[in-house]
Amino acid sequence: MEEREDCIALQCRQYSASCREFSVRCQPVQLRSLSAATCSVWLAAYWLFVLTQNSMVLSAAIFITLIGLIVYLHFVKIDQESLLVIASLGIQMTSSYASGKENTTFIEMSRVKDVVINEAIYMQKVIYYLCILLRDPLDPQSVSEVVPLFQQRPRTMESELPFPKGGCFRARVQAHCWVSVMKTAVL
Amino acid sequence: MVVLKVFFPSCCSSAESGLLVGHWIPEQNSAVILAVVHFPFIPVQVKQYLSEVRQVTQVNVSVLGTWSNCKKKEESLSEFLEDLGTIFSHEPWIQLCKETDSKFWSCSIIQKHPSTPKEDEIILVYYDQRKVMLSHLHPPGNLTNSTDHKAEDASKLAILFDTVAKSKVLFMKDRYDDGPIKLTHWQSEGVEASIIVELMKQASIPVCMLLTFLLSFVSSVCKSRVLKFWPLCFIWSKLSTCEQLGHRLEHLQVISSNRKAQNQPQLMRKANIFVSLLADVALGILLMSWLYRKNRIGHLADTLIPVADHVAKELQDLLQWLMGVPAGLKMNRALDQVLGRFFLYHIHLWISYIHLMSPFIEMILWYVGLSACLGLTVALSILSDIIALLTFHIYCFYVYGARLYCLKIYGLSSLWRLFRGKKWNVLRQRVDSCSYDLDQLFIGTLLFTILLFLLPTTALYYLVFTLLRLLVVVVQGLIHLLVDLIDSLPLYSILLRLCRSYRLAAGVKFRVLEQKTGKPLRLLMQINPLSYGSVVQTYRLPTYSCYPKDSWGSLCKKLFLGELIYPWKHKGEKQD
Repeated sequence: MEEREDCIALQCRQYSASCREFSVRCQPVQLRSLSAATCSVWLAAYWLFVLTQNSMVLSAAIFITLIGLIVYLHFVKIDQESLLVIASLGIQMTSSYASGKENTTFIEMSRVKDVVINEAIYMQKVIYYLCILLRDPLDPQSVSEVVPLFQQRPRTMESELPFPKGGCFRARVQAHCWVSVMKTAVL
Repeated sequence: MVVLKVFFPSCCSSAESGLLVGHWIPEQNSAVILAVVHFPFIPVQVKQYLSEVRQVTQVNVSVLGTWSNCKKKEESLSEFLEDLGTIFSHEPWIQLCKETDSKFWSCSIIQKHPSTPKEDEIILVYYDQRKVMLSHLHPPGNLTNSTDHKAEDASKLAILFDTVAKSKVLFMKDRYDDGPIKLTHWQSEGVEASIIVELMKQASIPVCMLLTFLLSFVSSVCKSRVLKFWPLCFIWSKLSTCEQLGHRLEHLQVISSNRKAQNQPQLMRKANIFVSLLADVALGILLMSWLYRKNRIGHLADTLIPVADHVAKELQDLLQWLMGVPAGLKMNRALDQVLGRFFLYHIHLWISYIHLMSPFIEMILWYVGLSACLGLTVALSILSDIIALLTFHIYCFYVYGARLYCLKIYGLSSLWRLFRGKKWNVLRQRVDSCSYDLDQLFIGTLLFTILLFLLPTTALYYLVFTLLRLLVVVVQGLIHLLVDLIDSLPLYSILLRLCRSYRLAAGVKFRVLEQKTGKPLRLLMQINPLSYGSVVQTYRLPTYSCYPKDSWGSLCKKLFLGELIYPWKHKGEKQD
């Protein structure tokens, strides 16, 4: 099951009756925006060089560009996020960054209380995001933590329902279908 | 639908056919395979060996099923394996079957009394036995505090890690032994050992005993009555070098104790202290070699007196400026001259003392610099103490200015109350109205006017010297912060996280391997290491840290009222 959006692509794979993987892929780094950023930094550096006649400005600009690019690719730009649901074992969330780094969190099934769609007020809109409610070990009835899923920021805000730093859905109805699919896999 | 999980060690994938030995966890419907027993074996001996292992490890190890690794599926072998199920009765009986050139295994469960009529789904999870055995699981923050959680709340992963870690006895025998039992597990490739580690372990016992003896001697000298007389003990408490040395002495005592560490946090703490001490001493010796090369310490001693002179001259210039027309403000000439001359004389005394000491400075500094070999933290503490001693006159000026200003403020507030016809009731701790006589009012008003017009002069002196004192305090605070950082950083844990990241586990991660319909789901379980931030937070060494005693609000209030401020509080100090 694949859905193509302006900003992200959702893919759902079923490995077996008890194991499913949902992956959300974001737009890769655009050459246009990369060259625009580099050119603006270097133009500013040249202008400063013309003003001050100090060549350290130019080397500093190159240094800043390189470091900034590495930091952006390694810590900021998320390429793909996937959710692996294995019945009776747990839920695993993986974010892979543009530089290849992968950040994985695994939540055991005994800690998961429920999977819900939560509403939040963000700037001037109300947005919906998917999150997992964790059980409190000391008090089985109460919720100890809320873990939001899918943390990426959409590149364009054309769609109606953006996530908080999150992906997009075309309609709330589809979101509910998605949650019910996940719930049957999980609980 | 019930899901049955089989945790299989990846080192046994190429083992020859035999019996599966492990631990069955009924609450979670999962089987943890620990080893494979090969043919030929005598069932009675296997049962006896397993009961011995059960007694030693307190883990319920038993035969869980059969493992067959052959080129083609043979009928006779499968019948033989089924017959084994009747000898070693276990519910459920797992039969794992692997063909030599195929990646996908087949697994079947035989249950005598099936609890559910539906087919169970089987998940095969491969794990690296050595890494799981050696690693220590760090559960998320809110779970570490609950020590008495019930069995069903306990983390499944913690049980898995526990089982493998406790079964070390099982891994002593392997298939190349001559005994009746031939096992395959992670150590079948060969037992790892290092001569250097073994030698160090043997040598550490006498070294520890010698160190304990020396330390007890040193601590008895420190605690002796001679050093406890009043002026000396006051000086020791004020010098940060003594505190740092005492702290390091405690650390050495922890390392050299003969008791083995009981659990993992204690072991990590000992290792962290040891590595941190080594790094500290190494950095200190590096600093010492740099200082003593090219006689840099001689140059330092030579520049010390001119620097003290320069500071004193700057202070004299400042006082001359204050005695004139500072920043365009008009001061009260008489009070100005008195205060200015008093402080100038103080500086003159101070400079005379410094010049008296100047022939001995180089020698003192030379011997004091030798103590840098005790560690970089000791050298930094000595530096902080030297700064405190050199700026002692600034501290004195601050105290004089603050006391004068404080007296003035209290006098003013009390006389202001008199001005309005009120009085401070000490018994009731509140302001009450009071009828004064005429002469009381007259003198009170006069004094109030005098104090009010003298306020700008005193306030200016107080402001200038408070700023200087705060500057010195900030510099000392930065040095202490650096010392704290070196003291509390868990270097061994960070190195462990860098080189052997599987030892510190925050959790696990699963990867789905190639699938084939009809065969059980295959997953690879890997260890998810702890992030560097959590490593530092979990294994931070406790220190006598100094942190600000007051919030910004109370600090400003104290400054306004002229109360003396001691902004850094040490952990062991009594509250005043």
